[in-house]
Amino acid sequence: MLKISGLTTSYGSIKAIKGIDLDVPEGSIVSLIGANGAGKTTTMKSLVGLLKPQAGQIKFLGREIQGLAPHKVVNLGMSLVPEGRNILAGMMVLENLEMGAYQRKDKEVKADLEKVFKRFPILEERKQQLGGTLSGGQQQMLAIGRALMARPKLLLLDEPSMGLAPLVVADIFRVIQEINQEGTTILLVEQNVRQALKIAHYAYVLETGKIVLHGKAEEVARNPRVMEAYLGGAKAKT
Amino acid sequence: MFWQQLVNGLTLGSTYSLVALGYTLIMGVLNIINMAHGEIFMFGAFVGLFLVTYLKVNIFVAMAGAMVAGALLGTLMEIVALRPLRRRAVSELAPLISTIGVSIFLENLALKIFGPQSQAFPSGALSGAEMQLGPVRISLVQIVILGISFGLMFILRFWLSKTRVGKAIRTTAESIETANLLGINTNKIILLTVALASGLGGIAGVLVGLSINAVEPTMGLSMGLKGLAVLIFGGMGNITGAMLGGLILGIAEVFTVAYGASSYRDAVAFGIIILILFIRPQGIFGSSTRQGGRF
Repeated sequence: MLKISGLTTSYGSIKAIKGIDLDVPEGSIVSLIGANGAGKTTTMKSLVGLLKPQAGQIKFLGREIQGLAPHKVVNLGMSLVPEGRNILAGMMVLENLEMGAYQRKDKEVKADLEKVFKRFPILEERKQQLGGTLSGGQQQMLAIGRALMARPKLLLLDEPSMGLAPLVVADIFRVIQEINQEGTTILLVEQNVRQALKIAHYAYVLETGKIVLHGKAEEVARNPRVMEAYLGGAKAKT
Repeated sequence: MFWQQLVNGLTLGSTYSLVALGYTLIMGVLNIINMAHGEIFMFGAFVGLFLVTYLKVNIFVAMAGAMVAGALLGTLMEIVALRPLRRRAVSELAPLISTIGVSIFLENLALKIFGPQSQAFPSGALSGAEMQLGPVRISLVQIVILGISFGLMFILRFWLSKTRVGKAIRTTAESIETANLLGINTNKIILLTVALASGLGGIAGVLVGLSINAVEPTMGLSMGLKGLAVLIFGGMGNITGAMLGGLILGIAEVFTVAYGASSYRDAVAFGIIILILFIRPQGIFGSSTRQGGRF
């Protein structure tokens, strides 16, 4: 579904990612893991057109989309839930969700709104409240719900578990798995490596702008280097 | 006396509000002060004047014409002076300086086309009829100004809160990046906002030109400064603040004149603004953080 080859993006003269190759097959969950500053967010922003890559190719559904404006990328069926969630703090929860369906003109928007409310009942309870008044976990649900309102074929999630309480984190990962089982392909960036590898089909490890390891998620999880660096060494064996 | 002055103050204030709304819209979406807004206002006044004087059109048609002219100038400014700067990472001050350039250009262009002298609307433009309403004597001009200013303000409020495009403007005002991610073509929305703000400026030009019955190339500067004061007074980028702030400024000015201190009218009005800003530095409706409830 998504095929990235040789993707390179810089901030000024500093190359943040250096020739990344990555494949997201239709129907799968792919996790991109790595430490702070490895280039995960840069990769995501380059995919949706918020950053312009210097080199490389991004093929989405058979179409080259590198350098395309973000609103056109959304139109093709790729939505990003950004790091930090970017809730519209001064707009109502309901309006936040409506804005997710901004480009849609079909008649099923209402039905999709009901689906989001069914998935996240707390959002229905608070639909008249301003987005900024929600807690971190609720904001993450709102951000995911909002992205789903665009009916993306590929959903990009950038650190959905960041700053959330462990119970909420488990919730979010469960929801991600459900969304995937309902037919949406997912590319997930995470620092919570253990959980990210648990739900993913494939995984890529990013270090200082380069993919250093990739493969099936359970194989990556068993890799000694990954266990050492991301899963807390020997403890991970249990 | 009191009620009469209140109506006069509201009339003057509603034009300030309209001008301040133009600043507010652009401030909200682009986070810059459009220093050319006063000159777009002045151009609107001249376009209205010329439509009435030479093409003999109805005054309301002239207002619509001034609005279109203002919107066109705004569109041009966005394309020529603002958008190219957004594409590259330049200092936040660059677009401000750029709009100052536009304002100097427009003022000189007006001097060249219309001449430096003050001009008045022909006497037949709007009848000088007056009405007695209880203790208040109100002229047709005042009714038109009040009706159009308040009408536009409420339409704008409603449009921003209820329509799809209005919501897209509010989304863009909260964060251009988020708006992009949601699939909003932000360049289009910004263009629309600048055009809308400038259109409001253009029509305000005609209203003010009618009320003081004088249109001149330098009228943009003093009006621009008052609009700017209202922008800060009401709370940067807050629409309710701009509306209310304009009314307060207008009423303060009129009452100062009415109660005998006419040469201190600006001093008293701005004194009140300074006092209120001492108590609420973020403006009457401003929030101390950028987050939350711009419009």
